[in-house]
Amino acid sequence: MHSIYTFVTGPLVWVAFLVFIGGLAGKFVYLTSLAKNKDPYVFSYLHLKYALRSIIVWLIPFSTRNMRLNPVMTVVTFAFHICLIIAPIFLLAHVIMFEEAWGVSWWTLPDAVADVMTWVVLASIVFFVVRRRVVPEARYVTGPKEFVILGLVALPFLTGFLAYYQIFDYQTMIILHVLAGEAMLVAIPFTWLSHVMLYPMIRGYMGSEFGAERHVKDW
Amino acid sequence: MSEAALAQKIDDPGLDETAAKLTPERIRTTINRVLQQENSARLKAFVGTCVSCGLCSDACHFFLSHDRDPKYSPAGKVKQTLWEMIRTKGNVSQEFIVRAATIAYTECNVCKRCVQYCPFGIDTAYLMTVVRRICHLLGVTPLYLQDTSHSHASTFNQMWVKDDEWIDTLQWQEDEYRDEIPNLRIPLEKEGADFFYSVIGPEPKFRTQLIGQAAVLMNECGVDWTMPATPGWDNSDMSMYSGDLEIMGRIKRAHFETARRLRVKRVVMGECGHAYRSVYDVGNRWLGWREMPIPVIHALQFYWEMLKEGRLKVATQMEEPCTFHDPCNVVRGMGLHEMARDVVRAFCSNFIEMEPNREQNYCCSAGGGVINCGPPHTKTRVLGNRVKAEQITATGAKVLIAPCHNCHGGLEDIINHYKLDVKLVFLIDIIYAHMHKSNAI
Repeated sequence: MHSIYTFVTGPLVWVAFLVFIGGLAGKFVYLTSLAKNKDPYVFSYLHLKYALRSIIVWLIPFSTRNMRLNPVMTVVTFAFHICLIIAPIFLLAHVIMFEEAWGVSWWTLPDAVADVMTWVVLASIVFFVVRRRVVPEARYVTGPKEFVILGLVALPFLTGFLAYYQIFDYQTMIILHVLAGEAMLVAIPFTWLSHVMLYPMIRGYMGSEFGAERHVKDW
Repeated sequence: MSEAALAQKIDDPGLDETAAKLTPERIRTTINRVLQQENSARLKAFVGTCVSCGLCSDACHFFLSHDRDPKYSPAGKVKQTLWEMIRTKGNVSQEFIVRAATIAYTECNVCKRCVQYCPFGIDTAYLMTVVRRICHLLGVTPLYLQDTSHSHASTFNQMWVKDDEWIDTLQWQEDEYRDEIPNLRIPLEKEGADFFYSVIGPEPKFRTQLIGQAAVLMNECGVDWTMPATPGWDNSDMSMYSGDLEIMGRIKRAHFETARRLRVKRVVMGECGHAYRSVYDVGNRWLGWREMPIPVIHALQFYWEMLKEGRLKVATQMEEPCTFHDPCNVVRGMGLHEMARDVVRAFCSNFIEMEPNREQNYCCSAGGGVINCGPPHTKTRVLGNRVKAEQITATGAKVLIAPCHNCHGGLEDIINHYKLDVKLVFLIDIIYAHMHKSNAI
């Protein structure tokens, strides 16, 4: 058991991060060079001010008409993304591992807050699943793939939570937790989870088109 | 049969008969050519990023008018067309192509409102034009739209107007309006004029008074203008919407070259939306111009300029309650909404806003070439825009101003079908009726 633990928290972490970062970098290079060859005008219309305007406005809750039309979805989406990103980075247990490995550490969240954030992530995913089953326009375009991806995002949080509270066998759960986290990282470049990178890319371009060329807001 | 079911049952030989001739091989190679060779980066980014949340739905008037039927949501339309083409690597049936063409040509106005609703800014309108391009290359295009494109290819105008009929029409209008303004001229082929006034095919064909009224405006403002006596006078471009990009480029080039030949400083365009999109957004880019190769301004900009410079003077104001329809291509496309309101408020004392308005306005459901798909598809666009009727009714206005030809066609049908008590006008109709005419007798 211990050797499996050492393996998944050692070499496999490197592999996961390499695929995650390398995959996204590769996707970025692939899409930008493709755009240079086939859609060169994407670059002629890029406009820093309006690209940033679009990216920033869409990161502010209730700033767009559609966010105001769907208040519950807006609250859940923002809470979900904030917790999803903040909780793992500032979790005490994660920071300790970095400190032990590299001797670097940073500010950490109190465990109680991290707990709440985990709950928020899991509850949001339940909300997304229910929404995709219940809301006709979401249900119509949702396939099995979407639920698999949501599951991939939920698992690291669920297993992390179970491990922390030592529900079921701790050793097994912590290994599953690390594996689930690695699976999610690996999935990012190859699924629509890549919107973590494509969001600023598409917004930057469309924001430039709307702001600089069409002189109009894109929200 | 319900209205919605009737709208579904459409007989269009341009779709059915042409699709019946397709082989699986031709469908596959055409789809892959467009997906792999003509389009790539943007297409891949848009398709790969969509998380299928369905949040784009509230943007679409078809979706809202069909009681939130997900088949009409922007993402729903992509699912029924492009996703399936990509998933099957082009192995789709003739029936699939007919359905895809029906969706892309008649159930989407490529108005880009959904771009403003997608959290990522995915351009679903662009994706629908990719589907249209595929259908065009397969020869599966609504019959009437294809006829319009043929007209562009043969005559360089949208409505089969012959060269001599064009000149004759301008001279007729000059003659007609001289009753009121004796010194009125429509100067033809005047090289070096400040601008050339360009219109779209329907103006000489059946909305001829718009040319006469524009001439009155030019006369009163004392501008140095001209109109060409050769093909290239028409600024419209339905080939842009049918997916015939090669013809689109040819007619846009003819338009710009006519301006160059006349050595005018700029082109002023009549009240048309899609023609404006074709010069600042689509045609210019196809020809390799980042911007328009020669400045082209829309009628709304021109009226605004004339008003601000004091050349256009208000004699009386229209008192009837009126509202203003923001055409997608000049508002979401070029942000002319405030200029338009300045002009409307100058001439109308009782102006009421629609809700939502400006860049959030609902499309007329005729744009994007949909009205040019002809009578077989009229019900699709009228039933697909009940929200527009409700939006107009809610204002209580008696006059509806729409500074765009396609919007006019679409709104006219909506007014008739939903029995709205409102009169539809162009902005120039109001300006003509209420401007100060110092040369009139």
